[in-house]
Amino acid sequence: MDLVIILQAGVASGTVLLFATIGEIFTERAGVLNLGVEGMMLIGAMSAFAITAATGNGWLGLLVAMLAAGALALLHGVVAIHFQADQVVSGLALTFLGTGLSLVFGEGLSKAGTVSLLPQATIPLLSAIPVLGPILFTGHSVMVYVGYLLVPAAWFFINHTRPGLHLRAVGENPTAADAMGINVFTLRYTYVFVGGVLAGLAGGTISLAISPGWFSELTTSGQGWIAVGLVIFAQWDPWRAAFGAYAFGALRRLILDIQGPQLLLGLRNPFFYNPYLGFFLQMLPYAFTIAVLVIGSREAMRKRLGAPAALGLPYIRGERGA
Amino acid sequence: MTTSAPATPRWRLPYRLVVEPRLEVPRWLSPLVSLGAIIAALLLGALVLALVGGDPWKAYAHIARAAFGEIGVFSDTLVKATPLILTGLACSVAFRMKLWNIGAEGQFYAGALGASALVLSGAVPADLSPWLSIPILVVGGMVCGAAWGLIPGLLKAYLRVNEIITTLMMNYIAVALVNFFVFAVWSESGFQMSPMFPKNAWLPRLADYAREVPLFRGLTTHLGLVLAVLAAGVVWYILYRSLWGYEIRLIGDNPRAAEYAGLDIRRTTVLALLLSASLAGLGGMSEITGVVHRLQTSISPGYGFSGIIVAWLAKLNPLLVVPVAILFGGLILAGREIQPAGVPRLIQGIILFMLIASEVLLRYRLRLERATA
Repeated sequence: MDLVIILQAGVASGTVLLFATIGEIFTERAGVLNLGVEGMMLIGAMSAFAITAATGNGWLGLLVAMLAAGALALLHGVVAIHFQADQVVSGLALTFLGTGLSLVFGEGLSKAGTVSLLPQATIPLLSAIPVLGPILFTGHSVMVYVGYLLVPAAWFFINHTRPGLHLRAVGENPTAADAMGINVFTLRYTYVFVGGVLAGLAGGTISLAISPGWFSELTTSGQGWIAVGLVIFAQWDPWRAAFGAYAFGALRRLILDIQGPQLLLGLRNPFFYNPYLGFFLQMLPYAFTIAVLVIGSREAMRKRLGAPAALGLPYIRGERGA
Repeated sequence: MTTSAPATPRWRLPYRLVVEPRLEVPRWLSPLVSLGAIIAALLLGALVLALVGGDPWKAYAHIARAAFGEIGVFSDTLVKATPLILTGLACSVAFRMKLWNIGAEGQFYAGALGASALVLSGAVPADLSPWLSIPILVVGGMVCGAAWGLIPGLLKAYLRVNEIITTLMMNYIAVALVNFFVFAVWSESGFQMSPMFPKNAWLPRLADYAREVPLFRGLTTHLGLVLAVLAAGVVWYILYRSLWGYEIRLIGDNPRAAEYAGLDIRRTTVLALLLSASLAGLGGMSEITGVVHRLQTSISPGYGFSGIIVAWLAKLNPLLVVPVAILFGGLILAGREIQPAGVPRLIQGIILFMLIASEVLLRYRLRLERATA
């Protein structure tokens, strides 16, 4: 059990959560709650793997994954934005739909064999930094580096650009945004789509890079829901999302590695001698998500931080907001 | 967006579509819209099936025949409907308060685990009369289900922690916990299942009375169905005839008004989630004692999640949950044999989607109007 290896793997598998979480941050910042992340990730993972298996081109697979998940998100967009339906139920429906579609179209894909994966890279110079170099910059899939770029980009876009200001306005006070001449509906559709695209990217990153292959629902095993929870923990901020995503990634790896050695901190390792205790280790990511939500909510109550004010509320022109 | 929009179009459609808010909704409209949504969903599902190279009409005909075709299969459909009624009721109670308990699946597992623990630990001895053992197991299943809902309920009420995610996370934890007990504690000679329960922990089936009523021969419908239908009546009474149910509905419709009226929202939140979770727990108990007769992995093909759709399709009305669950029970029963395996899930997803999308027709009226020149 090597801490560097755990953190390195944590960064890799955390990248999946990172994409999905930042995507959901965009969607929720625009005031739309999309709980269908798990379904969109599954569609992304399935279509990325299927297209790559058929064409041998991982980039094409990734592109199709993003578009497919984005299209699915737009379905939620229509129902939530124009039909003013309950966004919780619509998001659940999207999860069912995405799971069902990916199972139906992914039938037989698990036997597709090996597929040319996305390239891996080591960054020159940066990888020579002690400790951080091996963890962050050595031998990772390119998607991990895309993740590094996405975090500051998303933060800068949301907080320091005019379109980012419009995004926040639409989520906080759509009536005022509308009066300013911002097209609330167009922007909400845009960011619902962006959220779907990033969830699709997360799914494709799983099936092409992090744990390659298609294993039906087990491909994501609830990571989409963890991402929805991380958004709340992150308080809709990309930097905190990155911290949470990588921490969860490291936790996933730790759970695998902790069962290996016979001695743990000089003591008999109970997880080695009784492999059934591994079931309790499996619970950890989910229990941690609950813990993280509790921490997040306490902090939010103390600092009076909160969700975007119009989150989950449909905007109806000419009606007074709540 | 069109590239060029002429200021004066050379021609215009003789009619235009007017969308206007409805002031009141006719009583007949809501069921009609739901029916239309289901038909549209089945057509869409057929399209997808055809796309992946299946024969949708054959698949649908198969579902109808294999679920409702004769009394034997209909009895099996009722067996599948039993847990769905209970999870559907669980979701109805919580959703009526806009409390999004999507953890019925985990509470179902917790109820099954609780009932199994009572039997396998010997707390309910094998020579106890079924008149005593079954009520004990019912209570045990409900209490364990409720316990699984207690944590999200308390977190929601006192720390305002989002219950959607906590209830969902509890699902994964419950499944892992059941797996631990199945593999490590109660494994029967290394298999992924516990030993068979003694007979006094089996819910009676219709087939048990085949000697008295020959018609019942081979029918698997068990006492759980009676419990489920009774539960539907009780939940209806609680929601629509009791003060507490009125509070639940008031909080669901207008939390601010409920707060001004002095209702204890925290207490009601916890109690409503406990009631919801105990119903799902009863579902798990009934499945384990009525069908499986032992604890094993994957005792549910997603009953907790299908319960969400059942509840929504029944408009959160506990009495409507029963017939809707029977329809869905048929879908799940017959769907097991349909390939690819994701089809039932897909159709459920499309139905739920169409259903909520169609609700716009209840709020708005579409009307064709002759265009004025």
